[in-house]
Amino acid sequence: MKKKPVIEFIDYSFQYFTQAEPTLHDINLKIYPGEKILIVGPSGSGKSTLGHCINGLIPFAYKGEIKGTLKIKDLIAEEQNIFKLSKIVGTVLQDSDGQFVGLTVGEDIAFALENDNVPTEKIHEIVQKVSVMVGMDNLLNSSPYELSGGQKQRTSLAGVMVDEVDVLLFDEPLANLDPATGKTAIEIIEDIHKKTNKTIIIIEHRLEDVLHRSVDRIIVMNDGRIIADMSPDELVSSSLLFEIGIREPLYITALKYAGVNVHRDMFPSHLDTLKMDTVTEPLQSWYRSIERPEKEETKPAILTVENLNFSYDGKRMILNNVSFNVKEGEMISIVGKNGAGKSTLAKVLCGFEKQDSGSIYYYSEDIEDRSIKERAEIIGFVMQNPNQMISKAMIYDEVALGLRLRNVPEEEIKPRVEKVLEICGLSPFIDWPISALSYGQKKRVTIASILVLEPKIIILDEPTAGQDYYHYTEIMKFLENINKMGVTIIMITHDMHLMLEYTPRAIVLADGKVLADTSASVVLTDPELIEEANLKETSLYFLAEKANIDDRTSFVQSFIDYERELRENNET
Amino acid sequence: MKLKLFTYNVIDTPIHRLSGLTKLICFLLLTFAVMYSYDIRFILAVMVFSFIILRVSKIKFSQIKIMIIYVAIFLVTNFILTFLFSPEYGVEIYGTRHDILKVFGRYNLTLEQLLYQTTKVFKYGSVIPFGIIFLLTTDPSEFAASLNGVGVPYKVAYAVSLTLRYFPDIQRDYQNISQAQQARGLEMSKKAKFMNRFKNALLIIVPLIFSTLERIEYISNAMDLRGFGKLKSRTWYSKKSMSRGDYIAISVSLFVFAVSVLISVFINKSRFFNPFV
Repeated sequence: MKKKPVIEFIDYSFQYFTQAEPTLHDINLKIYPGEKILIVGPSGSGKSTLGHCINGLIPFAYKGEIKGTLKIKDLIAEEQNIFKLSKIVGTVLQDSDGQFVGLTVGEDIAFALENDNVPTEKIHEIVQKVSVMVGMDNLLNSSPYELSGGQKQRTSLAGVMVDEVDVLLFDEPLANLDPATGKTAIEIIEDIHKKTNKTIIIIEHRLEDVLHRSVDRIIVMNDGRIIADMSPDELVSSSLLFEIGIREPLYITALKYAGVNVHRDMFPSHLDTLKMDTVTEPLQSWYRSIERPEKEETKPAILTVENLNFSYDGKRMILNNVSFNVKEGEMISIVGKNGAGKSTLAKVLCGFEKQDSGSIYYYSEDIEDRSIKERAEIIGFVMQNPNQMISKAMIYDEVALGLRLRNVPEEEIKPRVEKVLEICGLSPFIDWPISALSYGQKKRVTIASILVLEPKIIILDEPTAGQDYYHYTEIMKFLENINKMGVTIIMITHDMHLMLEYTPRAIVLADGKVLADTSASVVLTDPELIEEANLKETSLYFLAEKANIDDRTSFVQSFIDYERELRENNET
Repeated sequence: MKLKLFTYNVIDTPIHRLSGLTKLICFLLLTFAVMYSYDIRFILAVMVFSFIILRVSKIKFSQIKIMIIYVAIFLVTNFILTFLFSPEYGVEIYGTRHDILKVFGRYNLTLEQLLYQTTKVFKYGSVIPFGIIFLLTTDPSEFAASLNGVGVPYKVAYAVSLTLRYFPDIQRDYQNISQAQQARGLEMSKKAKFMNRFKNALLIIVPLIFSTLERIEYISNAMDLRGFGKLKSRTWYSKKSMSRGDYIAISVSLFVFAVSVLISVFINKSRFFNPFV
């Protein structure tokens, strides 16, 4: 390379003062101007810490011990300050809502300029120019509550671009976005890269989604070390992803099931470039060989919703004539874009809000007159953020809370809590404080605290949000087990993998109406539904198309069946 | 869900066009003018003026209904309590005594007391519309800019704006947490005993505090990364420059203020208008 790197780590290690072990070990990494880099790694691999080093949050906001050198544009990073670094590296954080500091779009974009004492007229000029680049110029006076997730993210991007930074750092840009918005986000990043030729660094574990557009290199991190630095084609054909627990693109998984030897010369990092000559044949015969399981006999409906209507203000209908039923022991997902009415539906089912008209039946009993507390004994609700549910310091007390509030005698509480903790794999932690648990374990505690009330149905809001593949699998397997024990599970989700892999049936909501109530494989292969629900086609759909398989829905369904079979065989 | 603390509504009126700083200065001048004077003639004039301005700024009654009800309750309570605690204060001030009717014991209603208390009610009645106008026609971030403009440190001024930005989020968190905890069996109704209600409130407040702290760490990182607090001063996107309207508004307010002081000094020779001598 002739060019000088814009970012250079030399034998760099970092240890937070609050941690016993270093989080980063011996990092050596050069990033050159104009490159587009993806950094992947499971949770706790140090990839976010690496990002914090680049944007200066380390060591200026998070203190710790640094060994080795980090140079940013030839300056030693530790000798600068966070403000100087922010002029070189612009950071877009993962929660586009949390980082929205202004009361309007215009104000938020202007934030960095205001802090630089740029005169007001000049600020307006720059904000106008940058907002055109990200397509937000018509919404400058909108408040964050009027914006979609994608629009918020465009705003965040504009907010760092006003600074003429050299490097744009995206910290998990896809974490809170629905699939369609995530796709657009990747396209916007690509667009900005092409227009400005800035150095782009994306930290993300959702590999397939980022690879919607090409990147130059992928850095793989695990246990605080860089374990690979290779081209996308090379990475997806290696076994590395599997080893560290990152999900490989779904079509690659299908190729492997079909016995195709994926090799870098096939350009496998994007479906568009994938060479099909050695693929089509084995894929077709694999598809033909999959046996479709017999339809199971149908169980009675445990929950029936009839013509449900709901509105907060009496004008805009949030739920509009919603009807569906859930069979005993089912595991279903409710999907749809933000604002489609998913969360409101859950609130009405749990009795947090009261419907304007329509009925909800548990078996044949109308549950309208049951209070929130009484309904919770039928339908439990688990919030997305476990920190919003946990109110006790100790695990035992947290799980026992619902029983104590119901005045269940203490001698009865103990065996029930112990049993639930056993089911949730938390028995070893029974005397632990909750603060010592990981995010995934906290999530389990919240599920346990609902399970202890022995509800027949559990509704979970985004159970896997922000989780890497390993933790995602862990949570989903756990839920699957609870489901097998007879608890009916309803999940509100954006995650298409979750839909495909774990819920045979999906209910699609749009503008408060039920748009579809069918199998996940049908939803994810129907372009119209996908468009309306802000989902995106699964890559399996395009793979089938490329391999000349006519019935793509059936191909996707076969893949699901094959995988489920595999999973069940693994367990026994 | 749209929740707004006070609904600053974006419409174009001469009042909305004034800068936040102007409105703050005018509000302070007019309030002081009214608070200083106890001349009911002057106060009634200002009250008429405040209602005209309320009209001009196109504030609908429905927007301020609840506020008006609270104010009315406050005024009535205040009126009764004033009489109960110092029924002779009017006599003391005006130095004369015109009994109208005997209530009971030492409580005699005098004309002086009636004038004093009526004047007081009208004082509130003319200041409160100005407060409402100020709140409802001022863009909160512009207000922050204005505060900074009159010398309030920008970090403090920005805190105002930031509170308004995140208040609805925290309100929504509160509601969600409360509902989820009720589902676990938390009794929120008045049926529960006071001590239990206090304990139950903790079950909502603890998770709220933790999730809010999480949020605060996140926001302060986001602000650091975009250079907040780097320099001793900052500029404001939503700052309005002073226009002719601003100078007119300030002049009018100054005039009202001056009239208030002049009436007291030259005509009434005290803060009180005394028709009894």
